[in-house]
Amino acid sequence: MPRLPHLLGIEGLSPETISGLLDLSESYIAQNRSIDKRRDVLAGRTVINLFFENSTRTRTSFEVAAKRLGADVINMDVATSSVRKGETLLDTAMTLNAMRPDAIVVRHAESGAVNLLSQKVNCTVINAGDGQHEHPTQALLDALTIRRRRGQLQGLLVAICGDIMHSRVARSNIHLLNIMGARVRVVGPPTLMPTDIDRMGVEVHYNMKSGLKDVDIVMMLRLQTERMQGSFVPSISEYFRFFGLDHEKLKVAKPDALIMHPGPMNRGVEIDSEVADDLDRSVIHEQVEMGVAVRMACLEALIGGRRNAMGAVA
Amino acid sequence: MSGNVLRGAPPHAGSTAYINARIIDPTADSEYTGAVLISDGKIADYGPNLFASGAPYGIESVDCRGLYLAPGLVDARVHTGEPGEEHKETLDSAAVAAAVGGITSMVLLPDNEPPFDDASLIEFVARRARQIRLVNMYAYGALTAGLEGKELAEMGLLAEAGALAFTDADHAVGNAQVMRRALYYAKAFDALIVHLPQEPTLSGGQMSSGEMATRLGLSGSPPLAEVMMVERDIRLVEMTGGRLHLAKISTGESVEVIAAAKARGLKITCDTAAPYFALNDLAVGDYRTFGKLVPPLRSEKDRMAIIDGLKSGVIDAIVSDHRPQDQDSKRVPFAQAEPGGIGLETLLPISLELVHNGHLSLPRLFQRLSSTPARLFALPGGKLAKGAPADLILFDANYAWKIDRADFWSKTKNSPFDERPTQGRVMATIVAGRTIYRDEAFVNAVTAA
Repeated sequence: MPRLPHLLGIEGLSPETISGLLDLSESYIAQNRSIDKRRDVLAGRTVINLFFENSTRTRTSFEVAAKRLGADVINMDVATSSVRKGETLLDTAMTLNAMRPDAIVVRHAESGAVNLLSQKVNCTVINAGDGQHEHPTQALLDALTIRRRRGQLQGLLVAICGDIMHSRVARSNIHLLNIMGARVRVVGPPTLMPTDIDRMGVEVHYNMKSGLKDVDIVMMLRLQTERMQGSFVPSISEYFRFFGLDHEKLKVAKPDALIMHPGPMNRGVEIDSEVADDLDRSVIHEQVEMGVAVRMACLEALIGGRRNAMGAVA
Repeated sequence: MSGNVLRGAPPHAGSTAYINARIIDPTADSEYTGAVLISDGKIADYGPNLFASGAPYGIESVDCRGLYLAPGLVDARVHTGEPGEEHKETLDSAAVAAAVGGITSMVLLPDNEPPFDDASLIEFVARRARQIRLVNMYAYGALTAGLEGKELAEMGLLAEAGALAFTDADHAVGNAQVMRRALYYAKAFDALIVHLPQEPTLSGGQMSSGEMATRLGLSGSPPLAEVMMVERDIRLVEMTGGRLHLAKISTGESVEVIAAAKARGLKITCDTAAPYFALNDLAVGDYRTFGKLVPPLRSEKDRMAIIDGLKSGVIDAIVSDHRPQDQDSKRVPFAQAEPGGIGLETLLPISLELVHNGHLSLPRLFQRLSSTPARLFALPGGKLAKGAPADLILFDANYAWKIDRADFWSKTKNSPFDERPTQGRVMATIVAGRTIYRDEAFVNAVTAA
């Protein structure tokens, strides 16, 4: 697998690169389940988690992943940083860059902010979610979860449901599933569908009954009310009635269809608690577990290996 | 660009003959080899037979060696940072960039800080133009106070001070009642209203809606935000009988609707800016903030429709829509970036692509760039006519070069055309008979002669 300079998105990755990352992730699952969880693959490396947007779970997942590989991890809490004092994104990036980290893991509320930052630093940048654009490690961990349950991604029918418009998770998953040969549907109210989404290689459904019919995988998305300007749906109760996942709506899917959610869940908004907690169907906690393995694999693939005398990674 | 801006020259006096020129006469829709005679800053004579048997004795003559000689460009949409944001562009630096770009007259938008809603600001621009003494500079007056779209600005007083027309620049007037009254009231002064048609409630997105916006995860403004406002404005013109010029048309649907309105005999004209026939929304791929404009760059289909509108004459004029932004305004995440691009120095070569690609003849192109905007804004330049000011440019239509932001004379470098290979370059710019800019290549040609 050729070394990538950064991981900014799924778009443009080859099936081989994705499979390679998933294979590497597999190898870490057992390690993570054992008592001795630590390796020294990244010993001496510095990873900075730079989160401009609050995220406990993703930041923790990256932190655990990097520490288990022996890296030194610094969490930049933006609420207490100079960003609030008017320092620009690029000033922050250059300042951190000067401390010579090996990787910066970045989350930002604006689409494209991570790409911009990657152009101005000379270390590896990993996108931990930028606006409504991409969240590549989420798509990889979703793929790993599915692959372990279903053997492969090729040929599966996947429904991504809910707030497609505001979702970077949806975009990264659409790219990845298409690259790996799965069929993708997006399901949700028309007001939450981005324009021309069909050109990204998906079937568009405006109701759950047709959208979930015969699917292998149901991916629910969080209704991102914090990103909404104006009214996209009349009320939460109406949204739940027509687009929330419950056992009734799930009946048309394949009997063994898996239920996924990137978290954090809004119970009673996009997903019914009974479905979310259904141990036979829901793999939501498994996704979290796979997240650590996938992030370990990404870190190793991007900044692992030995440095030669010139400082370049061999 | 390598050339010299010539500031100190005295007003043109006596006579100068420009011979062996390929002359473009837009109003006559013709092109021929001939000469132009300038006397005391005005065009005294021109034509294919003038000095056909050689330059006359006793007057200065310039051998154009087959270069094109055309009326200077009249750019009806220029924003500078003066007053308010002089670090982005001053009236002086804009005048220099215009001279280099072959623009001999420009009309300044009123959206400065403070906005031009007070007569003193129109007088300020005129005074600065006299001090700078390069290109002709005129100003729009604000259409509404503070460009807020609520109360009418003092159109009569602004017109008295020299405001050429009235506009709220890139702010659309969303309130139909305000627009109706503005069109009515302007009739008292026979004033022209220039409006950017964008329905404000639909045009808050970061780029044009569509596949590209969806892929990039940026909010979109649908193209129909434009045509809806065009249709509203047409109804208001029909009702009021006011004079309206629609600015920066960017969609095919707008072109269709305006064509129909013109066919009904309504007093409506329009322009587009160079980016809308030369670029599409792919130019903002990879979050290129230099491609963030108002209105946003549209689809390839719309771009082609704008070219058709220029060919058919539904679109009357081409503007640069020059809007300087510094690095702090552009080197930020796309959603936070200020919109706008510079265009004074690239207006001619980008527009010449329409000629090189076979869409327009040179005389037709110079109708859109010079003679029609001059007529719409009642300016004396922009044409070949005996007695008209000698505002002319000499250019090489085939000179191949690559646009490089490092070479701009403008204070800021935010060109959506950066790194574009292009053809066509201004060799000399003449305002009222005075050469204010000369490219080094042309200086050498003259010396060698």
